[in-house]
Amino acid sequence: MNNLNIEQLELTETVGNIYADDAKMSIRNANVYYGDKQAIHDVSLDFAKNQVTALIGPSGCGKSTFLRCLNRMNDTIDICRVTGQLMLDDEDIYAKDLDPVLLRARVGMVFQKPNPFPKSIYDNVAYGARIHGLTNNKAELDEIVETSLQKAGLFNEVKDRLKDPGTGLSGGQQQRLCIARTIAVSPEVILMDEPASALDPIATAIIEELIDELKEKYTIAIVTHSMQQAARVSQHTAYFHMGQLVEMGKTEDIFTRPSHKLTENYITGRFG
Amino acid sequence: MTTQDTSNNSTGFTTKLHLDKHISRRFNEELEQVRTLVMNMGVLVEQQVNDGLTAVLNADADLAAIVIERDQEVNAMELEIDEYCTQILARRQPAASDLRLIVSVIKSITDLERMGDEAVKFGKNAIKLAKGNFAEEEGARPLVELKHLGKHVSEILHNSLIAYAQMDVEAAYNIIKNDEVIDEEFDNISRLLVTKMMENPREIKNALRVTWCARALERIGDHTTNLCEYIVYLVEGKDVRHGNTKRMNTKFNS
Repeated sequence: MNNLNIEQLELTETVGNIYADDAKMSIRNANVYYGDKQAIHDVSLDFAKNQVTALIGPSGCGKSTFLRCLNRMNDTIDICRVTGQLMLDDEDIYAKDLDPVLLRARVGMVFQKPNPFPKSIYDNVAYGARIHGLTNNKAELDEIVETSLQKAGLFNEVKDRLKDPGTGLSGGQQQRLCIARTIAVSPEVILMDEPASALDPIATAIIEELIDELKEKYTIAIVTHSMQQAARVSQHTAYFHMGQLVEMGKTEDIFTRPSHKLTENYITGRFG
Repeated sequence: MTTQDTSNNSTGFTTKLHLDKHISRRFNEELEQVRTLVMNMGVLVEQQVNDGLTAVLNADADLAAIVIERDQEVNAMELEIDEYCTQILARRQPAASDLRLIVSVIKSITDLERMGDEAVKFGKNAIKLAKGNFAEEEGARPLVELKHLGKHVSEILHNSLIAYAQMDVEAAYNIIKNDEVIDEEFDNISRLLVTKMMENPREIKNALRVTWCARALERIGDHTTNLCEYIVYLVEGKDVRHGNTKRMNTKFNS
């Protein structure tokens, strides 16, 4: 009768619902190892298309490691090994013949600290389009830069100084510049690793508003330490604990009636 | 990690919801304080209902006046707890069981305050009844019935407060299920009083006063049921209002 499993503290398998009706990415039995150490244990979940999925959990729970697997950012770490089935639509993103550079154009990433290139605002956004050869002429490139900046909600603030260095912008503007740079190459999925944790509340609110708009066009996965942020921006929430996916479900349920005691303890700020 | 309290009774509020397990000790204290305030309010309301009923049954105008006066305290407690909960919402942004606790408290005190208002109705009717001599003559039988209903309602109010204190979902479910019994008893008294009124139209005024008291008791019974529904929501995260149990079960198990 009691569905809350209040006393269930040992993790056996993920509780809640990991499946999405319309999955953009499907992860099945993902394991990640750093050398001998296993960082992610048998994680399976779907990322629903055009929705925001938040990954939450205490420091070191593996949520960032997991996020970085989704566009093979971990490839650069020699001792890192990933097993399991990680699918983007019907493609295996760890397939031998898949070019990680192309994958990262389809699955973009925004980091915790804004990291604009030491170039002009214009060049920051134009960079991806140039290296991927997405445009034929200057007019098309201008078009991409403008629409990307507009989608990132930054255009009006910078339209008169596109030649100024991107590093001269405020923190929140820099982060939106990085988002503009990400969406300039028309990705399908955007991964965000604590995109607002270095920003003040106003800049954070602007980013969160932006995330809400971006989900109309993109599928978004966001790692955040702020539970309120997860509650505000996401439709689905996955709770990680010690490399395992403890619980996944609708955000509305996770924050009012989580099923697993570990989730409950974490989101209510309990030790135990 | 504690797993010791799996039984439903006598473990109490604090252990069952792990109210003492927050990283912030201050937060523990605040939630504990909310709980204490609600229990204090519950005890006061229970006293109001019992005293109001006694005033009616004994035609005791003095006691009735005390009940009416004391309702101010009930109202003040509602405001105090409301403010306290608003502060916790603003400053702590509670989630999961903490959130359900605050939401259930905010709702519970509304019902407790309304019960207080019903007790005031006893007081007002008691003063009017005390001026007549309904108790000795025509009204004896209805008053016996009213006393009976009053005892029953007072009992479930008491039990629901204990269930609240102990987070006893089983007890709460039982009270919710038994609400119909009170409705039936109320119907019986109504019928009896209507008969009295037809037999002796001179006593219609007083008979109506007893009817209103019975009606107040029936309302208190409804508010008690609401309290129990909040207990279920708090402990299990299920909304069982408006006979919602079945629908929610399906939703949660899917």
